[in-house]
Amino acid sequence: MDVKSTPSYLYWLFCQFELITCSYLMEPWEKVLFYFFNLAMLGLLLYTTYVCLAFHASSAFQLLCSFLGNPRENSLSVVK
Amino acid sequence: INHIVHNGGLYKKPFNEAFEETPMLVAVLTYVGYGVLTLFGYLRDFMRQWKIEKCQNATEREEQKDFVPLYQDFENFYNRNLYMRIRDSWNRPICSVPGAKVDMMERVSHDYNWTFTYTGRVIKDIINMGSYNYLGFAQNTGACQEAASKVLSQYGAGVCSTRQEMGNLDKHEELEKLVARFLGVESAMAYGMGFATNSMNIPALVGKGCLILSDELNHASLVLGARLSGATIRIFKHNNMQSLEKLLKDAIVHGQPRTRRPWKKILILVEGIYSMEGSIVRLPEVIALKKKYKSYLYLDEAHSIGALGPSGRGVVDYFGLNPEDVDVMMGTFTKSFGAAGGYIGGKKELIDYLRTYSHSAAYATSMSPPVVEQIITSVKCIMGEDGTTIGEARVQQLAENTRYFRRRLKEMGFIIYGNEDSPVVPLMLYMPAKIGAFGREMLKRNIGVVVVGFPATPIIESRARFCLSAAHTKEMLDTALKEINEVGDLLQLKYSRRRLVPLLDRPFDETTYEETED
Repeated sequence: MDVKSTPSYLYWLFCQFELITCSYLMEPWEKVLFYFFNLAMLGLLLYTTYVCLAFHASSAFQLLCSFLGNPRENSLSVVK
Repeated sequence: INHIVHNGGLYKKPFNEAFEETPMLVAVLTYVGYGVLTLFGYLRDFMRQWKIEKCQNATEREEQKDFVPLYQDFENFYNRNLYMRIRDSWNRPICSVPGAKVDMMERVSHDYNWTFTYTGRVIKDIINMGSYNYLGFAQNTGACQEAASKVLSQYGAGVCSTRQEMGNLDKHEELEKLVARFLGVESAMAYGMGFATNSMNIPALVGKGCLILSDELNHASLVLGARLSGATIRIFKHNNMQSLEKLLKDAIVHGQPRTRRPWKKILILVEGIYSMEGSIVRLPEVIALKKKYKSYLYLDEAHSIGALGPSGRGVVDYFGLNPEDVDVMMGTFTKSFGAAGGYIGGKKELIDYLRTYSHSAAYATSMSPPVVEQIITSVKCIMGEDGTTIGEARVQQLAENTRYFRRRLKEMGFIIYGNEDSPVVPLMLYMPAKIGAFGREMLKRNIGVVVVGFPATPIIESRARFCLSAAHTKEMLDTALKEINEVGDLLQLKYSRRRLVPLLDRPFDETTYEETED
């Protein structure tokens, strides 16, 4: 196939997805139902990732900032 | 795993058979595909039951809804939900002689394969990679056709009787002597239908108190014949001689199950070429085992007669063995001879017994005379007795086509099962959507292929089966290979993780050790 990010490559990838999950064989209303379900699951996954990991990511970032900002105060607790 | 066997001098040339393992990712994705289809199948069944959708498949009548359900098992579920979606790849109507190129009537379906309508157009000159036409005798011109039409005008088409009553023509006697000479056996008998040859004659040979050792992947006709006979059936793993030897040892040592009496007869059922795998039976080893444990061998050469061997005489000729070692040699005329029917060859006493006691001889109508003449002419052509070298040239052409085609497909990176010399080439597809997609895409490119799925194969191992022919020229094979390459890239079918280095005319230097690179 051509260069990686041309529309034809993306279409080919979509065709592979269709073949693997057998949505190639489905009637149009079944395809709509299947894609809707897939996108809903994906959206839910992304939302859960954002909610759970954002909290941990922000607290880890705050800790890192406190280490960098005050090297003298926390010199005993920081492992060199 | 590649088996190259030089087993104590039993094999005169290397026996290359390979069944590459299914890649794990492909197996997982195949199950995912089947899982999605099963869920949608349940959804559709629910909708059909609650009348949200019109029910187009066979169901019980309203009055019978309270009876024991008829269509609830897996086979019927598979049929209405999976098979119906890809049904347009099968039962395609052809309207010319099934030679190297064939014409097909175009059909469309407006309700997702429940019904088909013909558009009226005929798709011409489709390269035929699906017909069992190994030596190219499916022709409507040539010596066979002229002889058959002369016999048709002399004898007519129907025989109107069974072999034992008034249906034994002089043509049948001539055919049987010729077939016996061709195979190198004492005597032979021909029947009108290949399936019926197996299923009706095995019950005549074995009965209760006998043991049948049958290969795992034997054809339905052999399985049916074995079950009808009433003998005890034991299965050994496909082409696995250790498994067969273990079963033979157990049979001799322990005898019949309750009474411990010795078995009356032990019959080993094998096929020459297994049509779904493309593998060839390990005949030298089977014969050695048969002689050691004093059992009988029934060899079904449906696909291998005419297609293997330097003179086209089947798998016995391919291994260079003595035909008298095989007790019952069975074969069909459908595949390599362009006709229909089957034969059994063996010792004279055996065949005389079958003439009297076989169900097929007593009840089935005998072969039609033009068909008999087609077989006689094609067998004479293969043996070279018609004065030309056409037969020999065709056998050589088939062997070359086989080697070339298999080599090119393996180089492209497809997973191909079976022996290097078998003209049946199964190409693995695995995923259910790719079965339908492959059939349709190849037809768009004017190539007709046969795709096979469950229940003819295990559920994840669906495949496309190519049957090569001596009538295929190199140009046709090159066209077909180019299209298969394209479709393989489009559908991502090149699963093989072992690439064969293409054979170049380069001198053998220190850097090239093996043919395969991992």
